[in-house]
Amino acid sequence: MRPQHEGPSVSARAANEVYKLPPKLFDARCKACWFVAGVFALVVASFWSLDLRWAQFLSWDAFARMGRFLGELLRPELKAAFLGKVLAASLETLAMSALGTLLAVILGLALALSASKTHADDPARWRGPTRLVLNALRSTPELVWAALLLIAAGLGPFVGTLALGLHTAGVLGRLFAEAIENAPPGPAFALRTRGVGESRIFIYATLPQVLPQLMSYTLYRWENNIRAAAVLGVVGAGGLGQMLAFHMGLFQMGETSTVLIAMLVLVALVDALSYVVRGRLSR
Amino acid sequence: MLQPKSSSMSNPAAPVLPLIRPPLRDPAWTARLFWALAGLMVLWPMLVLTEFKPWVLWEPGSLKPALNFLAAFFPPRLDLEFLGMVARETWRTVAIATAGLTLALVLAIPLALMSVRVLSLSALTGQMAFVPSVARQGVRWLLMVLRSVPELVWALVFVRVVGLGPTSGVLAIALTYGGMLGKVYGDILESGDAHATNSLMRNGSGRLQAFFYGLLPQNAAELTSYTVYRWECAIRSSAVLGFVGAGGLGQQMDSSMKMFNGSEVATILMVFMALVWLADRVSAFLRKGLA
Repeated sequence: MRPQHEGPSVSARAANEVYKLPPKLFDARCKACWFVAGVFALVVASFWSLDLRWAQFLSWDAFARMGRFLGELLRPELKAAFLGKVLAASLETLAMSALGTLLAVILGLALALSASKTHADDPARWRGPTRLVLNALRSTPELVWAALLLIAAGLGPFVGTLALGLHTAGVLGRLFAEAIENAPPGPAFALRTRGVGESRIFIYATLPQVLPQLMSYTLYRWENNIRAAAVLGVVGAGGLGQMLAFHMGLFQMGETSTVLIAMLVLVALVDALSYVVRGRLSR
Repeated sequence: MLQPKSSSMSNPAAPVLPLIRPPLRDPAWTARLFWALAGLMVLWPMLVLTEFKPWVLWEPGSLKPALNFLAAFFPPRLDLEFLGMVARETWRTVAIATAGLTLALVLAIPLALMSVRVLSLSALTGQMAFVPSVARQGVRWLLMVLRSVPELVWALVFVRVVGLGPTSGVLAIALTYGGMLGKVYGDILESGDAHATNSLMRNGSGRLQAFFYGLLPQNAAELTSYTVYRWECAIRSSAVLGFVGAGGLGQQMDSSMKMFNGSEVATILMVFMALVWLADRVSAFLRKGLA
């Protein structure tokens, strides 16, 4: 994917500017052509192999069903008792995301400590295995964690919290480990030469330096987790998602519509808040 | 005060230095106590709301099935018939992501072009005219609505309308990712230097010409790189979309999990991680080439 004509290196040596012909369109060395051909083949193969049933989707019948569905969605259920339940579920979603993030910070920091090589003489024996654990935690999505944990902890928001915590611990652990490894080594070195123990070196030299970065990663993940927590419930892990799946399963479209609106409002609020906070912080 | 001085005078060989006694008590303990209590006050209702009871994990009623399930993970099911099925579903996951992203591009490119302010003719001479600016804002709002509905919710809706199968997954990814791509494309196109584009339009080129010869060449690498990154994300989410019945690996994992078949779940989980890892590597490789 590099540019084919090596402009700067050649023209730097030549006395006057070298004009090269552009590469031939179907050159075997034209990497961009291979890239485009590969993408094209992938797209064609995807559409060809999937049984997409456009005819059924674009049929009059489907349009009528879609229209009826949207019509039902336009009449949200607005009884005070139901709105109270939706509010409780929204709070539950927020609590799930916050507590999940907190668990992730604790677990992630613990894992990050053993996954980072802080100085040249640090043997860091556990670095490899811990990174493997972090990768495994990270590459399993929250929803899959929730589905797996359902067996051990049963339906409810507790599962969602744990699932968010586990996945986010993988993400944060890796980011934390990188932050700790990239911290300026001076203060830690100063303490180490005086024989201070590793735990106190971390608390008094490394942590104060990386704390702002850790905080910003944590807030960013919390924002992500609120969005994730809203939908996590569709496998039965509590919050707004569980209500959505429940009412949609019973074809109670008014209730479904209210829950959907609550979800959108929650996400929009988080977006707006993070926009404002980011603006404040960057100013 | 005089007593120590006189004693040091009597013995000049050992001058007494004023001893610095570090405070044995933490000087900031009140603040620490306050914040710890405040944290607990916030934490308590959250623990109640999320029904945070870790001990249920150790109750024999839930521990036993969980351990049985975990024990069944080993050995993972590896016979050819099952592996073939998993391979098919893995391909379907990739295909759903790719097809969804292609449709998302079909949606995002025109919308991004409509929303970009750099391609406004009336803005060349100062203020953008009223109708175009309202139209651009409208397109932006549309993109925001599309992307603020999570793909899982779109999938739930489409499963209801078109039935189980990959179509709902493809459509869900197309709508959410169309919104995301459209918004980010617009941002990327507006962030660059607008001089070349403006000169082209001032000298009478059409807006599409100005886009293809001025705006696109500047930003092509960044646009492609973002698209590849989103393709990677689409693979991850298409694997998850199966849990609501939109086909692919997720659906297979869901059904194996409902039958408590640990060995099948173990295989699918490993394939899933390998797929995510592979997509991550491929996307990193392609983006490095583009940079």
